Order: sequence, then C-alpha cells, then structure tokens
Amino acid sequence: MAVESAPELATAAHRIRPLAPSVRKSPHPLNAAFVRTWRNPLGFLGLVILGLLVFVALAAPLISPYDPIVQHQGKELLGPSAGFWLGTDELGRDLLSRVMYGARPSLIVALMVVALGGGLGILAGLAAGYFGGWVNALIMRLFDALFAFPPILLGFVIIAALGPGTTQVAYAIALAVVPTLGRVARSLVLKERYRDYVLAARCTGAGSVRVMFLHVLPNAVSPMIVNLALIMGFSVLAEASLAFLGLGTQPPLPSWGAMLNESRAYLRNDPWMAICPGVVLALLLLGLNYLADALREAFDPRRVNAGF
Amino acid sequence: MGRYVLRRLLQSIPVIFFSTFLVFLVIHLIPGDAAAVLAGPNATSEALAAIRQDMGLDQPLLVQYFVWVGHLLQGDLGRSTLSGQPIVKLLQARAPATIELTLAAMLLSMLIAVPLGILSATHVRGRLEWLISTIQSLWLAIPNFWAGILAIIIFSLILRWLPPGGRVADGTDLGGSIKSLILPATTLSLYLAAGLSRFIKFNLLEVFFDDFVRTARAKGLSNTAVMYRHALRNAMLPVITILGVQFASLLGGTVIIESVFSWPGVGGLMLDGISNRDYAVVQGGLLLLVLLFIIINLLVDLTYALVDPRIRIGDA
Repeated sequence: MAVESAPELATAAHRIRPLAPSVRKSPHPLNAAFVRTWRNPLGFLGLVILGLLVFVALAAPLISPYDPIVQHQGKELLGPSAGFWLGTDELGRDLLSRVMYGARPSLIVALMVVALGGGLGILAGLAAGYFGGWVNALIMRLFDALFAFPPILLGFVIIAALGPGTTQVAYAIALAVVPTLGRVARSLVLKERYRDYVLAARCTGAGSVRVMFLHVLPNAVSPMIVNLALIMGFSVLAEASLAFLGLGTQPPLPSWGAMLNESRAYLRNDPWMAICPGVVLALLLLGLNYLADALREAFDPRRVNAGF
Repeated sequence: MGRYVLRRLLQSIPVIFFSTFLVFLVIHLIPGDAAAVLAGPNATSEALAAIRQDMGLDQPLLVQYFVWVGHLLQGDLGRSTLSGQPIVKLLQARAPATIELTLAAMLLSMLIAVPLGILSATHVRGRLEWLISTIQSLWLAIPNFWAGILAIIIFSLILRWLPPGGRVADGTDLGGSIKSLILPATTLSLYLAAGLSRFIKFNLLEVFFDDFVRTARAKGLSNTAVMYRHALRNAMLPVITILGVQFASLLGGTVIIESVFSWPGVGGLMLDGISNRDYAVVQGGLLLLVLLFIIINLLVDLTYALVDPRIRIGDA
C-alpha cells in the first residue's frame, strides 16, 4: 500500500522543493529578528547591561579588588573610600568585591532555569500538544496543579526537601516555570500541528519524534525565545527573593539577595549596604526586561503595530 | 450559567487533588524520617516501628494521603513538631495578618492601576504616556523587597513618618493599624499596579478600535461616556482574570514583604518552619495559601461568567 502512494508523494515533494531556494535568498528570519533587537535602542541597552554583568561575573577573580569573603578586621562598616570603593560590611568584607561575585548566583540560576525549566517545559508542552488525548489531559492537569503554587512557595517546598543553596533554588524556579513554558509550547504545537508542512513531513514517512523536533519545534522557536528572555528576568528576581529570605546561596558566599538581607540590621547607620546590591540587581532586571521587550518587538512586529 | 458553574467546579477537582497531594508530599520529601525525628537519636528499632505505625507511616502513600485528607476535613492539620501546638491554631493566629495585607495590596493596586491605565491609553503616544511607561518599566525592575528596604530608609528612618515594621492590630488603635499597614501594602501593591496598568492600557487600546466603540462615538456620545460606559467596561473583563492569576504572585510577594516589615503572617511561620525543620508547619502554611489561591481563582472565573454579558445573554 505504501508503495502505491509513493509516486504521489514524490510529486508532492517535487512541488515543494523548487520553493526552497527562493526562501533561502532572503536573510534567515531569526537573524533578521536578532538584528532588529540589536538596533532597538532599549534592546541594545539591555544587551550592554547583560554583557557587562556577565563579564563582571566571569572576570570577578581578575578584576575584584579583594577576596569577597576575606574579613578585614578593624575595618567593619566603613563608608566608601579609596581603599574600599563601596565600603565594607559588618564583617569588614569589601562590598565592591562582594557585589562583583554576587552577580554569579543570579546569572547561574538564570541560565540553569532556562536550560532545565525551558527544556522540560518545551518537552512537556510538545508532547501534550502533539499527542493530545490522555497525555495532554495528564500534563495539563499537572501544569494546573503547579500553577496553584506561587513560585516562591514552590521554592519553599523544594528547599524544605533539599535544603538551602544556589542549585536547589535553580531547581525550584525551574519547576515553577515549567507550566508557563509548557503551555506556550503546547499552544504553538497546536497551531503548527495541522499545517501543510507537517502533513508533508508525515507523508514522507517521518515519525512522531522526527516531526516534533525537526519540523514543529524550529517553527516554534521565535515565540519561545521571547518567553525564555522573560523567564531569565523572572529567575533573577526569584533567585534574589529566595536568597533574601535566607534560602539561596549560603554565607559566606555573596549573592545580591543575601547581601540585602544582611543589610537590614544596619539600615539606620549604614544604609549604603542596602543600596549597592539593590542597584546592580535592579540594573540587571531592567536590562533583561528591555531585552525581552526588544525581542518581542523584533519577533512579532504585528503585535506592536496593531491598533496603535 | 448553572452548567458553567458545575463544569468549572468539576474542573477544579483534579487541580485540588494534585496540589494537595504535592503539599502532602512535603512531609515525605524530608531527608530522614519524621518518626526518627520524633523518637530521638537513642530510640530502639521497636520504638521506631511503633511510632511509625502510630503515625500511619507504614501504610501505602495514597492511603496515607486519604487519611491525611480525612483529618484535614475535620480541621486537624497535625501538630508542630517543635512546639507541640496544633497547626490550625498557629494558622488561625497568623492568617488574618496575611489576608489583610494581600487584600489591601490588591485593592490599592487597582486604585493605582485603573487611573494610570486610562491616562496612558487616552494619551497614547503623548508625553504623559511616555512618562508613565518609563516609570512603569523602571518600577518593574525593582525587586519588591528592595523597594521595601528603601521605603523603610526613607519613610521610617529619615522622615520618621511611619513605623519600620510590625503590625498594630489590637482593635483599639485604628490609626496605628492603618499606619503599620501603609508601607507593606503600598510596597506590595506597586509591582502589581505597574503590570496591571499596562495591561489595562493595552486592553483599552484594543477596545478603542472595536465596532461598538465606533458606534457609540458615531451616535454622538461624549468621550467620557464612551470611555466609562463602553470602553472601560469591556476592557476590564480580562483584567478580572489577570487579577486572579496575579493573586499567586501576590501571595508569593506577601511572604517576602512580611519578612521585610516583620509582618506577623503565614510567611514568617513557614520560614521559621523551614529553618527549624518543623515541616508540619510548612505543610499547613502551604496548604492554606494554595487553597486560598485555588478558591480565589474559582471565584474569579465565576464572577467573570456572571459579569460577561455574552454568557448572560446566552443563558437568557
């Protein structure tokens, strides 16, 4: 039977093929969108902020003036000075060095969440959208249940079980973003699933996995990129919040959220301890928000132009 | 309408099942074993087994879950391993503070967001819209706990207008109660308000180009009448749904803001529970907040059905 329908398939494939070269002549839509992001002033600003903080996090051992956990005795709670540009904390540790090293947990957690939560969410969403039926029902109900947990509380659950720490925080936030990304992925798959190119791929004998990953997924990439950028901002905020509650990166290692928590006992006389980590944290969040906005405009120009 | 309510109620059953099961699992995720903690380090294996049997820990997980739900329905959430007090009592003492703060923040965020949303929609592409949206995007980048710390520095320590933390709730000092609520509720509401006003603006702009608005304009209604009687009503419908969804992040935010302002709510109870390894307390707090979230969302969906004229007309 398969043999009988083969000539028809061949002609179908033949009809599709001549289109391909003409499509390739224009720049790849993904690249074009990235160029648009880069040229967007706020998007550019976002990229610069992100790039700068990534550089600081990576180069911290080379550029930080002191070791972030070394306590300079007799130099506790100093204001900004030539020796300590941002002053020192209650244990005499250099605040500038701690702010520099503090970028690490934020960025590591954001990356881990995008990889873990994004990967898991996209897989689950793909499966739910592609297979439908009971797979879909089960996955969607699980998403609903996860949605019922405010992300911070999901963090409580995971940290109650695994104990506090940077990695545990990343697991918790990753779990919290799975339903969000999963639902987006599912809706994209549902949109693509009955398109002609999917039908064509199936007709050529491609299996479910092949169709899902080689055909459907690439077409769902651009909306996902915008969502992943939003997720990064969310992760940075959630990491800082959990660290602020004492559940994230453990002392003596610095993280911005934990530094803000430590500053609370000294607000009356040493408010700058609460200023520096907050400023860089807000800067990173601002950069990620701008980047996400620019990506959204670049990938979906219709949304921005519609109705204005 | 009746059928919709029934369907929505049935839909929430699996969500309640899965999420309460997850809450139930908290106790079982603990490294180590609740019986071992209770029995102490020198317990014999017989004593341990007896405690396990006593606590029902030797039963299959699903059986334990239903036993737990049974207790729960009788208002029994177990006792704190640390203080021995019933969890329900602890929650009763803390829940009013959390609910008060959350509701105050929600109300306040609507009071801020609706006028801002209308202003930026009516001044779209103007200087005012630019100003509002710039402040919004800056504000969305400020973590609420940092905003809280800055608010304490400015309004409590420098200006000395408001108390830096704590909750006054003895019922006699209303002024003091409101004063103690202002900083935490405002801090909590602003983040939500920034997102909400943006959402309201986009909805209004979408509605502005709908046929019914054009009709209303064409029949000579004033701008205000078109705005409030036609556009705003329709633009607010999705806002109700968003409020329900945002309630989850608001609850999460409440937990953090409670910590910033030493607000004696459920969040602090749970944080203490985590640091003391008193997991029954964590479980109780989680259960309360998650059920609160599910109920609010159920109510939101039902109100939506009630408010949306398309459903009303469809029913009549």
